Amino acid sequence: MKLVRQPTVLQDEASFDHEGRAGVPARTLGTILSNRADTDSRLVVATADLAWSTFVAEFLERHPRRFFQAGISERNMLGFAAGLAASGYIPYVTTFSAFASLQSLDVIRNDHAYTNLPVRTIGTHCGISMGYFASSHHAIEDIGALRSIPNLTVVAAADLNAMEGLLRDVHDLPGPVYIRFGRGADGPPVYQAPNEVRFGEVTQVHEGRDILLLTTGIGVHAARDAARALGEEGGLSVTVGDLHTIRPFPIERIAALAARHRAVVVAEDHVIDGGIGTSVQQALLECGVDTPVFKHGLRDFAIVGPPSHMYRYYGLDALGMAIVVRRAAERLEQPASTRYREALWGSADMARILAEQGRADLERQTSSSGRFADAVR
Amino acid sequence: MAVERSNQTPAELAAHCVAVREAIMQSAAICGSGHYGPSFSCVEILVSLYYQFMRLNPNEPSWADRDRFILSKGHACSTLYPILADLGFFPKEELRTFTRLGSRLGDHPDMRKVPGVDFSAGALGHGLSIALGMALAARLDESNRRCVALLGDGELNEGQIWEAAAYAGANKISNLLAIVDANKVCVDGATEAVLDMEPIDAKWRAFGWHAERVDGHSLSQLLDHYAEFERRRAEGGPPTVLIGDTISGKGVDFIEGKAEWHIGFLGGVDVERALESIRRTQSAH
Repeated sequence: MKLVRQPTVLQDEASFDHEGRAGVPARTLGTILSNRADTDSRLVVATADLAWSTFVAEFLERHPRRFFQAGISERNMLGFAAGLAASGYIPYVTTFSAFASLQSLDVIRNDHAYTNLPVRTIGTHCGISMGYFASSHHAIEDIGALRSIPNLTVVAAADLNAMEGLLRDVHDLPGPVYIRFGRGADGPPVYQAPNEVRFGEVTQVHEGRDILLLTTGIGVHAARDAARALGEEGGLSVTVGDLHTIRPFPIERIAALAARHRAVVVAEDHVIDGGIGTSVQQALLECGVDTPVFKHGLRDFAIVGPPSHMYRYYGLDALGMAIVVRRAAERLEQPASTRYREALWGSADMARILAEQGRADLERQTSSSGRFADAVR
Repeated sequence: MAVERSNQTPAELAAHCVAVREAIMQSAAICGSGHYGPSFSCVEILVSLYYQFMRLNPNEPSWADRDRFILSKGHACSTLYPILADLGFFPKEELRTFTRLGSRLGDHPDMRKVPGVDFSAGALGHGLSIALGMALAARLDESNRRCVALLGDGELNEGQIWEAAAYAGANKISNLLAIVDANKVCVDGATEAVLDMEPIDAKWRAFGWHAERVDGHSLSQLLDHYAEFERRRAEGGPPTVLIGDTISGKGVDFIEGKAEWHIGFLGGVDVERALESIRRTQSAH
């Protein structure tokens, strides 16, 4: 197989993840995997018609014999990866998160986890980062689905340095790993070097005293910016933790961190039921830590839009996270019985964002529970 | 090193078939339930593979260059277990624990528990992809080992089978052999009535495979076709599929071809009738 095309450069200035992408970045996921494969003959890569989108095309160039183009057949790809793993190889398979985790869940469960084989499934374009591609391409339930599967390790990389650090640590694990990743170029990096991230830890990217803001993947950069802004405003000192290790969940570390803050806010590009917020709640309950936990994330299938607009709409950019953290601090003044009654980020906030974007006309359709019903009528 | 077994006489192979069918009856008696139809239908296929064709070493179950076998229709494991035990992969006495609390031998095979089982199975539609991956690994390793997957004909309803078939056909995965146990029965009735996949052989040919229909109860036909597969493999030809036309419940004359005996229980006098039928029926070869 030969390289046949360059990736399409999407011209969407409003969307940060497309800014400045004149072509494939100098260093990609494919670079990390190819470098590793230079010294590890067990490493093979497969993709399902997404070599460029998932940034593994470099592997095809550098290790063509160990690259498998599965075509658009994710389940077969994850299946044959298990056959390769049972024969001594360490396959890395890439596709969009929605197809890796949800469409192919049964293969991960039966052929990777039940068999405890070292397949590494990299789901890129996680959460709502596919933006206007719509809910079929969003993965906002993958953590919920995967965190219940025995033997499976689940990690999320905030940027390429985190990816390299996590892959270094999980590469030789005997069992399967699911790696949640963004679009591969989601704005400026969080980490300066792979060594800053260690599997099994909660990496603190901002130190504070009052509120513990936990997030994962693409959200880490925004959370750190939010913490910085709140600190500069004065009044709120925020610790930001990157929950890159999702399974096994670092229960004791989270409990210890939570215990020395007044509240925990978990922000995630995932539904709030069964995501990392739920894991945090469980951890604190099990450890007897009674620090209040506020979950901030998606509650429904998402609307469409450019990704950066959608993070703003759902309060998952730096501005939204700062507002949410401030509100959480205010809620602490309320009795526990009313503290969680309303979401920290609600329909009024979403309506405001639509109005700011000049889309007030859409407000009625998108903020009601029967989304688009009026438009259809 | 492989244990050579290619000197098995037709009579010896036929005797193995009778013994395996008797063992299936014993397993069902222990469990109180048996997948009679799909277990009896694949006896000759498994006996011809394990006692004659495949290169294995029971003393070294994880020998890297052994041939691989994926029982994609995992519900027929009571056909596989007695063969593995007889070959010495685990003690025969352990067959008595079949499906009992804490046993290694469940009603679908677990590779992490049962020596000689190359992959866990049960959820249908997965096995051909697994065998395909093992065949890709053999290629990378430049090994001559062969990878065999046994599929049910009802299982061909599963879409993932055809994803794997497309890949193997397009990429000429010569060392991959699929065998379809076409016993014409699935849980809700005849495959023809549930979801008809005929003409099965034409479908595989359209996916780039060398496809042949064979009598799945004829040991000699099966062995001849394995030899042809090996020849094509050595020449780098297309992957091979054998559509083994079989009879559900083969060997127990009063359940043969009856969909209601896909799963069930034979007790009391029916056991004696079944065993008499099994011993009376000489496997064709």
